[in-house]
Amino acid sequence: MAEHIVSSYDEDLQGLRRRITEMGGIAEKMLVDSISALVRHDKALAQAVISADPRLDALQREVEENAIFTIARRQPLAVDLRETISAIRVSGDVERIGDLAKNIAKRALAIGSDFQPQKIVVGLQHMSDLVMGQLKDVLDAYTLQDTAKALDVWQRDGAIDALYTSLFRELLTYMMEDPRNISFCTHLLFCAKNIERIGDHTTNIAETVHYLVTGETLAIDRPKNDRSIDTTVHTGA
Amino acid sequence: MSTIAVNAGGGIGNAAAADANASVRIAVRNLDFYYGDFRGLKDISLNFFDRQVTALIGPSGCGKSTLLRTFNRIYSLYPEQRATGEILLDGQNVLSSSIDVNELRARVGMVFQKPTPFPMSIYDNIAFGIRLYEKLPRGELDDRIEEALRKAALWDEVKDKLRQSGMGLSGGQQQRLCIARTIAQRPEVILLDEPTSALDPISTGKIEELIEQLRSEFTIVIVTHNMQQAARISQYTAFMYLGELVEFGPTAKMFMNPGKKQTQDYITGRFG
Repeated sequence: MAEHIVSSYDEDLQGLRRRITEMGGIAEKMLVDSISALVRHDKALAQAVISADPRLDALQREVEENAIFTIARRQPLAVDLRETISAIRVSGDVERIGDLAKNIAKRALAIGSDFQPQKIVVGLQHMSDLVMGQLKDVLDAYTLQDTAKALDVWQRDGAIDALYTSLFRELLTYMMEDPRNISFCTHLLFCAKNIERIGDHTTNIAETVHYLVTGETLAIDRPKNDRSIDTTVHTGA
Repeated sequence: MSTIAVNAGGGIGNAAAADANASVRIAVRNLDFYYGDFRGLKDISLNFFDRQVTALIGPSGCGKSTLLRTFNRIYSLYPEQRATGEILLDGQNVLSSSIDVNELRARVGMVFQKPTPFPMSIYDNIAFGIRLYEKLPRGELDDRIEEALRKAALWDEVKDKLRQSGMGLSGGQQQRLCIARTIAQRPEVILLDEPTSALDPISTGKIEELIEQLRSEFTIVIVTHNMQQAARISQYTAFMYLGELVEFGPTAKMFMNPGKKQTQDYITGRFG
C-alpha cells in the first residue's frame, strides 16, 4: 500500500504492528513452554512462563494507548481506521492467550509430579499442538493481511472443540474411577479448557483479520464442536 | 456513461445513515463542463437524493466546486464557461435555455466559503433576497425574516439588533446570516461551498448542527476538504478526481470501506 503523505502516520501504524508481532512471539512461547512445563513437570519453566506475562500486559497497554492516540491525532479512515481498531482487538486477544498460558503454568506447579495418565497428557499435547498451529497461522495471517489464511484458521477451530469434548469425557471417567484422581484431573480439565479458549481467541483474531482486509464482518456462525456442555458420564449403570 | 449504482444504508444504524428510500431530487446525466477549451467536468452522471446531505470531496481542482456551480448556473455569469449534458431538478433540465435563471437561483440557494453579508442591516440582508422575488406586506416580511433566522439558529443572537449592520457579526454568525438569507427564499436545494473552512471549531460545530437540522426540509450538497466533516454530516459522498466522478456511495461505506483504491488513497491521506 502507498505511504501516507505524512510519514509519521506510517510510523504510528508500524509501531502498532511491531508491538503486536512482539506480543505474538511472547504468547506463542508462553503456550509452548506452559505445556512443556506441565508434561515434563518442569517448575523452572512454569515460573518462566508466569514471569513473561507482565511484559505481554505492558505491550497490550502500549498498543491500546497508541491506538487511542492515533485516533485522536490522525482521525484514521477506511483501512487505517480498521487497522487501528484491529490492533486494539488483536492485542486484547493475544493478552488473554498469555493469561491462559500463565494459568496452565500455575496449574503445572500445583500438580507437580502427581500421577498423570499418559493418554490424557498425549491428548493435551495434541490439542496444544493444534492450537499452536492455529496461533502461528493466525498471527502470520495478521502480519501478511492474508484473509484466506485467516479463514482457514477460523474453520479449523471445530477440531479443537471436538478434542476438548473427548478429553472432558476421559477426565470425568478418571475422576469417577478413583476420587484421589479428582485433584489433578480438575487441574488438567482446566488446562484443557484453557487451551480450548486459546483456540477461541485465535478464531477471534481470524475474524479481525477478515474485517481488517475486507472491511466486512464474518456474518456466518462459527464452527462449533464443543459438546462438553451436555456431556455426562454415569457410574455403574 | 451510466449512473453509478449504490447500496444505501452502509450498514450503519443511526440517524446519519443514508435513507435508502429517498427519492432523487437532482439527476445529473452525462455532464461536461468547459472553461474555454479546458474540460473541467468529464461525463458526470449521479443522483442527489431528496432531504439528504451529499458531500463532494476530492483534491483541489478536481471539479467539485465546478459541479456545484452548475446546479444554479452561476457559471453563466462568465461567457467562457459552458455546460453540456443534463441536470434534472425534479425532472426539469436546468441547463435548458428556456429556464429562468433567476427563478432557478431562488430554488437552488448557495452559500460560499467566505461569509458574504451585504453592507446593510441584518434585517435587510435577509429582506433583500426575498424582495427580489416576492412583494410581501411588512408583517409577513417580518415573520419570514424571523423564520429564516430561527432556522439558521441565529435568531436568539440577533433578535435585539436586527437594524445593526450584518458586517458587525462574527465570522460564524455572518455565515449563518448567509444561510438564513438563502433559506428565506424557501429554496429546494442548498449548495454549500466549503462553508466552514474560514471558521473556528465552535462556529463550525454550529454550522454542522444547522446542516443536520436543515436536512429535514432541504436537499443539501456540500463541498468540503475536511474528510471528518464529510463523514460527520453527509449521508452520501462523491469522490472526484481530475474532473471525473471516481466513486459515489453512502457515506458510511465510502469512509469505512471504499470500493476504489483511488478513493481509499485520498481519504486516508496517501494521495500523491
